[in-house]
Amino acid sequence: MNGSSSAVAARPQAHRGLADRLRDGLPRLVLAPSFALILVFVYGFILWTLTLSFTTSKILPVYTFAGFDAYIRLWSQPNWHMALGNLAIFGVLYMTACIAIGLLLAILLDQRIRGEGVLRPIFLYPMALSFVVTGTAWKWFLNPGLGLENTMRNLGWESFTFDWLVNKDMAIYTIVIAGVWQASGFVMAMFLAGLRGIDSEIIKAAQIDGASTVSIYRRIILPLLRPVFLSALIVLAHMAIKSYDLVIALTGGGPGNATELPSTFMYSYTFTRNQMAVGSASAVMMLMGIAAIIVPYLYSELREKDR
Amino acid sequence: MSAPADSVSPGSARAARYFIYGALLVFALVYLTPLYVMLTTSLKSLDEIRGGDMMALPVAPSLDAWFRAWGEACIGVTCGGIKGYFWNSLKMVVPAVAISTLLGALNGYVLTKWRFPGHKIVFGMMLFACFIPFQAVLIPMARVLGILGMSNSTAGLVLVHVIYGLGFTTLFFRNYYEAFPDELIKSAMIDGAGFFRIFWRILLPSSGPIIVVTVIYQFTNIWNDFLFGVSFASGEGAPMTVALNNLVSSSTGVKEYNVDMAAAVIAALPTLFVYIVAGRYFVRGLMAGAVKG
Amino acid sequence: MLKKFAAGVALMALVAGSAHAAEEVEVLHWWTSGGEAAALNVLKDNLSGQGVGWKDMPVAGGSGVQAMTALRARVTAGDAPTAVQMLGFDIKDWSAMGVLGDLNELAQKENWDMVVPAALQEFSKHDGKWIAAPVNVHSTNWLWINKAAFDKAGGKAPESFDDLLKMLDAFKAQGIVPLAHGGQPWQDGTLWEAVVLSLGGMEFYQKAVVEADPAALGGDKMKEVFEAMSKLRAYFDPNFSGRDWNLSSAMVIEGKAGAQQMGDWAKGEFLRAGQKPGADFVCIRFPGTQGTVLFNSDQFVMFDIGSGDKRNAQLKMAAAVMDPAFQSSFNVVKGSVPARVDVADTAFDDCGKKGMQDLADASKTGNLAGSLAHGHAQPSGVKSAIFDVVTQHLNGQITTDEAVKRLPEAVAAAK
Repeated sequence: MNGSSSAVAARPQAHRGLADRLRDGLPRLVLAPSFALILVFVYGFILWTLTLSFTTSKILPVYTFAGFDAYIRLWSQPNWHMALGNLAIFGVLYMTACIAIGLLLAILLDQRIRGEGVLRPIFLYPMALSFVVTGTAWKWFLNPGLGLENTMRNLGWESFTFDWLVNKDMAIYTIVIAGVWQASGFVMAMFLAGLRGIDSEIIKAAQIDGASTVSIYRRIILPLLRPVFLSALIVLAHMAIKSYDLVIALTGGGPGNATELPSTFMYSYTFTRNQMAVGSASAVMMLMGIAAIIVPYLYSELREKDR
Repeated sequence: MSAPADSVSPGSARAARYFIYGALLVFALVYLTPLYVMLTTSLKSLDEIRGGDMMALPVAPSLDAWFRAWGEACIGVTCGGIKGYFWNSLKMVVPAVAISTLLGALNGYVLTKWRFPGHKIVFGMMLFACFIPFQAVLIPMARVLGILGMSNSTAGLVLVHVIYGLGFTTLFFRNYYEAFPDELIKSAMIDGAGFFRIFWRILLPSSGPIIVVTVIYQFTNIWNDFLFGVSFASGEGAPMTVALNNLVSSSTGVKEYNVDMAAAVIAALPTLFVYIVAGRYFVRGLMAGAVKG
Repeated sequence: MLKKFAAGVALMALVAGSAHAAEEVEVLHWWTSGGEAAALNVLKDNLSGQGVGWKDMPVAGGSGVQAMTALRARVTAGDAPTAVQMLGFDIKDWSAMGVLGDLNELAQKENWDMVVPAALQEFSKHDGKWIAAPVNVHSTNWLWINKAAFDKAGGKAPESFDDLLKMLDAFKAQGIVPLAHGGQPWQDGTLWEAVVLSLGGMEFYQKAVVEADPAALGGDKMKEVFEAMSKLRAYFDPNFSGRDWNLSSAMVIEGKAGAQQMGDWAKGEFLRAGQKPGADFVCIRFPGTQGTVLFNSDQFVMFDIGSGDKRNAQLKMAAAVMDPAFQSSFNVVKGSVPARVDVADTAFDDCGKKGMQDLADASKTGNLAGSLAHGHAQPSGVKSAIFDVVTQHLNGQITTDEAVKRLPEAVAAAK
């Protein structure tokens, strides 16, 4: 549809009285409270955080200006570099795995499967549970002495080792596994919705032309799913950056600080280490990172609609 | 669409079917494992948990741990189980979901059907709001809640969840209404229908799928929230997740894994219920618009 | 639709409005474990006997991490709870913000200055004003040993760090986990500070930890400490990472492990498992730290909540916390020793009596120092910075040389 001219413009504008003008203003009036809330509670707070990052705040906010001191401290912390490195590993693996598994499951489920109604909720349910709920079970499952390793050894596979949770080099991958478990079903639902939305006429035409199933998927279906890929990436990127419960429930940032992420870093500096200014500085860095991903996306999306 | 029909020989088609079912089954088992562990553990006795295998079925299943978790387990100095906190969560989640969904629907309606100059910037700003890390807003939010006299109350929590859910709900409804034909709106206007009348009579009745998606999304997010709950409503008004954390992190001489797990499953029941019952509509709702950027 | 919205608002208001008893204390704490909650119930019952209601605000986990977040939210909102369980330097940080109440009148009337050790007053007072009521004194440099394993290993208490290693070797030969440890930063820190004290003595501990002297933090002695940590690391089981301290205690109780280094709160776990000190388990000072005590003290910090009923209830609570009978009954359950020096030790068991004696002696001879790991030697920022290095080293993320180099740097950056 044509986005630039609104439906309301089509109204006959012969007699514009006060009541009419009020009616014209009504939509904006309806939107105003929400927008005001967002303005204050999101953008206002971002500004406030930005302000704090230039102060000497420690346990509670104070407003003594300290220049870039907090940023210098932030970037001199090995913890922060660790957190950024971990986010890179976690983010890339998490997004790739979620999309790969989500897409695979969606394609499999889309093959006129019997029992789809049973299978779909099984893949979706992890999204319904928070890690406050499943954290204990996961920790247990990944614990070498209690969980999978123990089970496999009890079954007779004596040399089976799965000690990633307590291994400083591998712990971040257990975070990925649990994260993928939680989110891939959601991605599957998005792809499934995308697949179901594709016009079957196009597929039929390709089949008549003699294209194989694989090449139909590769040449026609996947390209058509492009918007879904984009939506999924955005949703996943946002979840990856915000991942907090996940780390706290599984490793608490350990072993050592091997699974520290920017979100846990920010929380611990703001609330437990009493270095609120450094915490705020890390929040600002996170917001800048998010903006770098989201703003171009928003820009292109909203422009596209203009055509 | 639904899968290109097979154009290959029946034999290999059958092999492919076996492969598909096999793969789906394996995935399903893997996905179910954590839930299986939680459920079986909650039914086992402590001795069995300590001595046995995590994956084994309970020898003598008992709902004892469930009753303890619901009504007897100690959280702090009170030993009333988690039932009180369960209601706290419900009292928070129902108004928060209702209000944020309604506002999202209205916003989406305005942003697609009653556009004004700058509507894109407004929408873009609301969308970006989805991405703010919640840890960053705790302190200023606490201050505002204090000024409003809503500190440490369910009402305060509702407000917080409504605000930080607005971006998502607006996004969902906007994308859905974008595809809604303008012609219907225009003809309604010619018939003399006003702003709210069109919304109630025309848009809302056909918003079923997207309402389901929004409600599911909001319900699970708000129900599962821990950070806002622990910061803004600790104590007797605390939501379920906070109480669960208190229960699980509590260290008695003997860690009662079965009670912990039962409490965890109870805490998860509402969201599980919503996903399983409404899961079918979820994909339908996503299809209807939420996915299309 | 406006009507619906209004109904929603009304509903919210309904939910928000909850009844308040006339005199009531709201207590934020993280004592959610069975024994701790039982100890706290003593206080609750005492107050309800005086007609003061108890509004419980438990926030468990991570030795008060979440609790401090909740507290910050409440104080920022201008709605501080009556009393908050708090440790050491956190109290100083909060009192510097000027949000705490004044207990001087009560303290003078009840003569707190005379009965609370000076080392504790350091934290209970700000600018000469009492702002907190100390509940207990914990001591962190203890070693808990399974009696059966102990007897098999010769039954002689190790007196130096090298003796300790020999005993751990003997445990290893018995086929049990020699040292039960939980790999969480504060537990790593608790072990580390005991090793610092064991190898360097009180003077070195004061210099390196309390004064944070860069030379001491990066010196040869510190290198020895980190090397000792690596040696101890070899006696852990593979599952130590992230394990809660009480689960490690359970390993010692069940005989799966030989010993655990932990503060005296671990005793509560042994007692609740029906074990008797001397018969089923042995409590000794961490080898090499005999005669010295690292302490931490739980205090109820009283926030400024104006005057009126709430204030009256607050004062009643402060008085109840300082009541000698309560101090005795609470600490018997909790495993710590009373914060008052004039409480009789009759109700305490052997370990408790020893703890009280040690504290009194160490306090006299100057061998008493605040525990770093429990917030009584450095502010949280510095404490966490030290934890970072200790825990990364213990988990093999950095080498001993790197640890010795990074420790003074990290401390300087956190100041």
